[in-house]
Amino acid sequence: MTDIEAETAPRGLNEDIIRLISAKKHEPEWLLELRLKAYRHWLTMAEPGWPNVKYPKIDFQNVIYYSAPKPKKLKSMDEVDPELLRTFEKLGVPMNERAALAGVAVDVIFDSVSVATTYKQKLAEVGVIFCSISEAVRDHPDLVRKYLGTVVPPGDNYYAALNSAVFTDGSFCFIPKGVKCPMELSTYFRINTQESGQFERTLIIAEEGASVSYLEGCTAPKFDSNQLHAAVVELVALDDADIKYSTVQNWYAGNEQGVGGIYNFVTKRGLCKGANSKISWTQVETGSAITWKYPSCVLLGDNSIGEFYSVALTNHHQQADTGTKMVHIGRNTRSRIISKGISAGQSNNSYRGLVKIGARAEGARNFSQCDSMLIGTKCGANTFPYIQVHNNSAKVEHEATTSKIGEDQLFYLAQRGIGAEEAVSMIINGFCRDVFQQLPMEFAVEATKLLGLKLEGSVG
Amino acid sequence: MTRADAKVLLEVKGLHANVAGVEILKGIDLVVRAGEVHAIMGPNGSGKSTFAKALAGHPAYEVTAGTATFEGRNIFDMAAEERARAGLFLGFQYPLEIPGVSNAAFLRLAYNTVQGARGKDELDPLEFDDYVREKMKLLEMDASFLDRSVNDGFSGGEKKRNEILQMALLEPRLAILDETDSGLDIDALRVVSGGVNRLLTRDNAVVLVTHYQRLLNYIVPDYVHVMEGGRIIKTGGRELAVELEARGYDWLKGKVAA
Repeated sequence: MTDIEAETAPRGLNEDIIRLISAKKHEPEWLLELRLKAYRHWLTMAEPGWPNVKYPKIDFQNVIYYSAPKPKKLKSMDEVDPELLRTFEKLGVPMNERAALAGVAVDVIFDSVSVATTYKQKLAEVGVIFCSISEAVRDHPDLVRKYLGTVVPPGDNYYAALNSAVFTDGSFCFIPKGVKCPMELSTYFRINTQESGQFERTLIIAEEGASVSYLEGCTAPKFDSNQLHAAVVELVALDDADIKYSTVQNWYAGNEQGVGGIYNFVTKRGLCKGANSKISWTQVETGSAITWKYPSCVLLGDNSIGEFYSVALTNHHQQADTGTKMVHIGRNTRSRIISKGISAGQSNNSYRGLVKIGARAEGARNFSQCDSMLIGTKCGANTFPYIQVHNNSAKVEHEATTSKIGEDQLFYLAQRGIGAEEAVSMIINGFCRDVFQQLPMEFAVEATKLLGLKLEGSVG
Repeated sequence: MTRADAKVLLEVKGLHANVAGVEILKGIDLVVRAGEVHAIMGPNGSGKSTFAKALAGHPAYEVTAGTATFEGRNIFDMAAEERARAGLFLGFQYPLEIPGVSNAAFLRLAYNTVQGARGKDELDPLEFDDYVREKMKLLEMDASFLDRSVNDGFSGGEKKRNEILQMALLEPRLAILDETDSGLDIDALRVVSGGVNRLLTRDNAVVLVTHYQRLLNYIVPDYVHVMEGGRIIKTGGRELAVELEARGYDWLKGKVAA
């Protein structure tokens, strides 16, 4: 456990806690109002019961909604608490290396408050804003107010409403008109305090002709109790803009008996608002006790493109119900879904996806490929595709396969001198290739290693 | 070429093995020396493939009695990958497919793993590329084989060539080729058997498991063994295969090994 002191609110949720959060963060009145409205709406809502996951009822009054490290401002990575860096090290996140070698600007979210932001200067030169959302609220209130909650409205769903009420921090990116962001932007999130909920809020805006690639890595240390993580990510792409959002999620998954682990209930949605815009989600989900997450694209602009590339791996007692929604509204909009689910141990892995073609979406196209791989005989894989087409000119394709890593495949590789662990890693990486190809290089390497680690001992 | 003083590579004595609780191998004896080519023939279900897989260490084949040594080591103490690294190679009747993994990456991993285990130098991707292309010429294989996924979408003939390419790369002391001729047209058979012939030296050996004598026109065996009911019931020279071709297997049924 890390020794970084936290400033912590009392357990539970009521309007006073929300006022406390807002006051701690010196927020403007409109934002407090947004929070309170979301909270009041949340009180009228029920937890979704439709995901194919099982967990005991969450006591929302037993959650700590605000926990911040003692405020310190850091100018460079050298000033980051070595304890934090060591924790990252233990968790296998070579953050300092990554930042230095890959030229990535890292905005570290440590229990919901940014403790270090680098490369800000270089980005500022081209007009890119990359900061914590709290700073954005303070320094760029008009931009935040213009876009916050426009893609995921405060009352969108149970967890989005909760997040809107209590979000403590997250990232903000703004890429102005015509600017190609000169580096990949990266944020590492982690949960530090036991039983503190993590409610980040991320907002990325790419103006006309702008482009950005954003990397999100998530890790959390081990605790025996379950922790709730209910983030909201909103992306907005204007005309000809391009946003690529990549995630490697390795939150603590609980132990081999299924005790502990993160409940990862996340709402991620991108709005292709302008013509010819493009939003591409790539996710590698290996952690969390439960994952409930559907990074989606609303294809409003004509000729806009939505993509979803996903690898979801579950082992032991993990449960995942994940997929995407592609909502085609504009004409000649296109979407592509490549989902690879891997189940091992006694885990349960579901793909759930919606492809919706609106009445005005003349010439819309979708291609979906959903593949499942089973390791062992006690795990489960499901595919729940929902297809709604309201325009006759649309073309929608869906393909699905299920395969098993068999004894014969492993024997074949063993007969070529390749041991079981390496063989499984090789088969899995082959299975995931179409998704890994979408990841930035250093992330692809990390993802490859991660899958190998997560499956260690699950065969033979 | 047989030499009585040649080193014994494989020695099997009284081998019994079960699959799913059913006894398939009922006492097999076989000695293979360096420089020899053996053919194991027999009708379907006689236990030929089971014998090959049991020697290679397939986990579904349970050895219940008997011994087998490979260059003096008890192979039943070794995991399948250890047997492979020691130089025991099985050419598969049905090579497995590994979608998404390039043949080049697979071949290099296999090559480097086996080289490493033998204390030899591993090759980086560029060095390996040169090396494997040289070997591919032997089998008249196109360079595009390297970029394709392992056996994925390969024709039967392409898969078998790929098996022999692996044999060429791994340079085993003993190669057991299980029905390598099945599914090959006459041209492919010529190429594949030509490849095998060029790999034969006085220090290694090949055991051909085959249903038909056709293959033996191309790779000439020193010994022909006939299996029936989980035993070797007859052993002879090249001429035995010719006789089997003419008379079938029935005349041997019920006979005990000479």
